[in-house]
Amino acid sequence: MITLHWLYILAGLLFAAFAILSAADRFNPKRFGNAAFWGLMALSLLAGDVIGDFGNGLLVLGLAGLAGFNFLGKSHPTTTSEPAREAFSARYGNRLFLPALIIPVTALVGTLVYNYTPIGGAGWIEPKRETYVFLALGVLIALAVIYAWLRPPILAPLQEGRRLIDSIGWAAVLPQMLAALGVLFAAAGVGDAIGSLAGMVIPEGNLTVTIIIFTGGMALFTMVMGNAFAAFPVMAAAIGVPLLIVQHHGNPAVIGAVGMLAGFCGTLMTPMAANFNLVPAALLELKDQYGVIRAQVMTALPLLLLNTAIIALAAFR
Amino acid sequence: MINYWPLIGILLVVVGFALKLNPMLVVTASALVTGLIAGLGPVEVVSTFGKAFNDNRIIAIVWIVLPVIGSLERFGLQQRAAHLIRSMKGATVGRLLILYLGYRQIISAIGLQSTAGHPQTVRPLVAPMALAAAEKSHGALTETETDRVKAMAAATDNVGLFFGEDIFIAIGSIVLIQQTLATYGYNLEPLQLALWAIPSAIGAFVIHGFRLWLFERGLRRAAK
Repeated sequence: MITLHWLYILAGLLFAAFAILSAADRFNPKRFGNAAFWGLMALSLLAGDVIGDFGNGLLVLGLAGLAGFNFLGKSHPTTTSEPAREAFSARYGNRLFLPALIIPVTALVGTLVYNYTPIGGAGWIEPKRETYVFLALGVLIALAVIYAWLRPPILAPLQEGRRLIDSIGWAAVLPQMLAALGVLFAAAGVGDAIGSLAGMVIPEGNLTVTIIIFTGGMALFTMVMGNAFAAFPVMAAAIGVPLLIVQHHGNPAVIGAVGMLAGFCGTLMTPMAANFNLVPAALLELKDQYGVIRAQVMTALPLLLLNTAIIALAAFR
Repeated sequence: MINYWPLIGILLVVVGFALKLNPMLVVTASALVTGLIAGLGPVEVVSTFGKAFNDNRIIAIVWIVLPVIGSLERFGLQQRAAHLIRSMKGATVGRLLILYLGYRQIISAIGLQSTAGHPQTVRPLVAPMALAAAEKSHGALTETETDRVKAMAAATDNVGLFFGEDIFIAIGSIVLIQQTLATYGYNLEPLQLALWAIPSAIGAFVIHGFRLWLFERGLRRAAK
């Protein structure tokens, strides 16, 4: 069966290649910092299950130290110039989109065919991970097409990949760090403390205020944790179930579903949701690392109001 | 008696981000302090942090698309995307991003949310197309305007994802809602929860679509 581990190995080999190419990059004065950073990521992906929990912990401290004390430098892998790219674009025309579309189309068609035809019944992919597997398959097919058609130098795809990963830098690893932080928050009982604080500010018996504190609390707590998943069980325990459902006889389906979406409004407004908000800012080379959040706030706030209104109007009929 | 000391970990994160300290250090410091407050020993804290990091390696898989995206950029993909938009009559940045918003919501609603995203679609296609569309109707953009168009492209991807995926019944958040409420004796069907995600999804399309229309109008006025 094809499992996630196959994909960890694929990604691990890629990061190992980034590490080796980084070490050989004489134009980057901090080349060994970059090599060590991507090398640790390769180690995590290739051997994370072998080196033990404490080993993984040291690995994470290493990543944080390299990133936090400025050991990563700007790399400049050889690529093509702007005029050369214009020339390529004119020469290859719209066919250039085909390799780019191979990845999403393979993931899309693969997932649909696997799930809705007898092919999937054979169970040769780890359940619920089929989209990732087809995404990886799409990457391999696209690479094969690029080599066969465009004939780049043999190392060019790896160097171009390194160009992009170095432009993202440590932000590429931050989402995983934040997910790990969430686990420690949960272990320490941060959720219970916040739920208890939220419970204190509710005036007795006022339904509208209670709904506002529920949805606003979901958004705020999500902003702190970077993730609505961490906020939902806490806010459900503190307010959603005892006050909205039991005391005011609200509809559990509406309160659950829309309460979670109120949390998603918070996700749009926090740097803690790094993979959605900080990574794209780095990936698109924005000057302001909070540029994506700024673009989202004025969508998120009216949407939070709307979700509050949906609960108020639909859950208590 | 509720223990409020673990909130110090949150305080560290908020202060660290506000002071613009390196987030990798802020997160690590907060994790270590929070673990110690929770009564774990130093070795246990490091081990717990390491195990949690290892359990979340799935987040790193998406980077395997970079060699493909980078190679196509080498051969002029972004220039091609811009060219295509310039050749289309009536293509504006607002219309383009509204179309992408709807597409992103629909593919997410049918469980295919990982087929698009910032590395897969926004950087190679959506952002350069949005820039070309903006330049076509509004002339050369300033650096600030360029960044705002790119940020809007990324924002549109996020809004489409968040307010589409919950309509799909097998997504993690639906399972979490169902399990959480089940512990209190409320047994809900995933479909009931997914249906109640639809009003917010429509609202998200209307609100963000309206903002995209306003955004384009703002660019047009600035050009005059």
